[in-house]
Amino acid sequence: MLDVAAAVECNQRVLRRRFERGNLSTFSSYTVSYTQRRARKRVHKSVGDAQFQAASDQSLLVSFGQQITLENHQRVVKLLGLLESQHIEGIRNLHPAYCSLLIKFDPLKLDHDQLESRLVPCLARLDEAPLPKPAQIDIPVCYGGEFGPDLNDVAAMHGISPAQAIELHSSTAYLVYFLGFAPGFAYLGGLPEVLASPRLETPRTKVPQGSVGIGGNQTAVYPFATPGGWRLIGRTPLAMFRRDRDRMSLLQIGDHVRFRPISKEEFAEFSAR
Amino acid sequence: MSGIVVQTPGLFTTVQDLGREGFGPMGVSASGAADPISLRIGNRLVGNPEGAAGLEMTLVGGSFAFERASVIALTGADFGASVNGIPLPMWTSIEIQKGQTVTLGPSRSGARAYLCIQDGIAVEPFLGSASTHVLSSLGGFEGRALRKGDRLDCGVPNSLPRKKMLSPEMLERLEPRKVIRVTDGPQSDWFANSAWKIFGESTFRVTEQSNRMGIRLEGPPVPLDASREMITEGVSLGAIQVTLSGQPIILFVEQQTTGGYPKIANVISADVHSLGQLRPRDSIRFERIEMSEARSLLMEQEALLASKELIQE
Repeated sequence: MLDVAAAVECNQRVLRRRFERGNLSTFSSYTVSYTQRRARKRVHKSVGDAQFQAASDQSLLVSFGQQITLENHQRVVKLLGLLESQHIEGIRNLHPAYCSLLIKFDPLKLDHDQLESRLVPCLARLDEAPLPKPAQIDIPVCYGGEFGPDLNDVAAMHGISPAQAIELHSSTAYLVYFLGFAPGFAYLGGLPEVLASPRLETPRTKVPQGSVGIGGNQTAVYPFATPGGWRLIGRTPLAMFRRDRDRMSLLQIGDHVRFRPISKEEFAEFSAR
Repeated sequence: MSGIVVQTPGLFTTVQDLGREGFGPMGVSASGAADPISLRIGNRLVGNPEGAAGLEMTLVGGSFAFERASVIALTGADFGASVNGIPLPMWTSIEIQKGQTVTLGPSRSGARAYLCIQDGIAVEPFLGSASTHVLSSLGGFEGRALRKGDRLDCGVPNSLPRKKMLSPEMLERLEPRKVIRVTDGPQSDWFANSAWKIFGESTFRVTEQSNRMGIRLEGPPVPLDASREMITEGVSLGAIQVTLSGQPIILFVEQQTTGGYPKIANVISADVHSLGQLRPRDSIRFERIEMSEARSLLMEQEALLASKELIQE
């Protein structure tokens, strides 16, 4: 549970398999059979592209298909925006993810049917709902050395130099699919396929705060010191989550992220500020 | 302001209220008391709003010196509390004199005891709640478990409330369960009938690795169709994830907000407080019920908590 990497392990399997297959057609046909099987067991209401499922007696899962795509991500962002801007009595919390949104509600004020019927108008105008303008966030990273003890291994694994690995990691624009797992932990999409690296066989018991890691097809910054099994390639001096600023979480859903290489001296300067 | 001083902190004592909802999009889970019913009742016994902050102690309690007279209540598990050597009753309001020390020991029953103090405990709220979120070192008292020498400010009481106690009959009816009722989880149909049979008929042991984030269980492996591919999604309080090894983990109050393991079932809201009283090595079983029944059970429980007979004066 405390292991960030373990929590996204299944997800990595998805990404890795899709990556290995190199196409999504197999994945889609699996999705269809899965949906059919579910439909036999229970009645799941659908509105447009959205499917409702009771996740517990106090939560409803709204899913937009079973694929990690930009389109599904944008549907999640739009629904999240609509629900945050208009107050629906009884909604307590929202947990966005790749292609779904879990809505936690007060079961003394709402039941699943009532919530579903209140969501229908939101879903009906999802297409025309505005997408918030994403922030462009630059994250300075000191790659390699003591901050990125696995950089050399990652480079060697792919037959490239550490400098090339840094160049690849820092020349890409990443998308924040959502924040989850822990405060300020952003699930980033867009890691160059050549950098995809399996997790460590033995996870570290403590990954320092600010570590930048690669696990499967994903890259992320650890906002807090936690155990973790991702390969660490660098560290940022920026606080990913701070209670004493307006934007507590540096990254928000839908943001665009770039990593910028900095020297050890710059890292020290940043930290001293 | 005067308050209480921690003489010994106990094994793991944190400031908790009923948690912070609404910050899932930042990855922040609700946190809050592991046995919210005990906290709510404790607060009512001392005349506080139900959601005031109290101290949550785990397995072994601490001792606390009072710098001024106060009214307290001890609820949840029985940790053998005493004041200056004299045993203290539970589930009732108690007057404490200036300079007295309230001491709790090891648990004699469940896992968590609550100390509620008239006018609550004053900590700086984080996102609207006093609850401690340990993993991220946020909320509560400096974002951490209490240590020896910590000084907690308490509000100044303006009047002594009337003596109050929980009705013994109600205490019995709210007793934590070891047969935990569940509804189907989002991936319940990823598990074959044979897997459900194992899940529903086996006894699972609570492991030492359990904490406020999750309750890790040990038992006969619950087989999972390994060919299924799971995409990380939002997870609910009480979600029962099944790992690749077939061992269930119940996501608890300080849960991760999203997860990538399939969820066979979800603990019903009315049984969440029972999870807060599970100790390592306790044995539990699961009982699968319908969603409509889960709702009725919660309504019944809330009706009980709202009833006039709950607290006697």
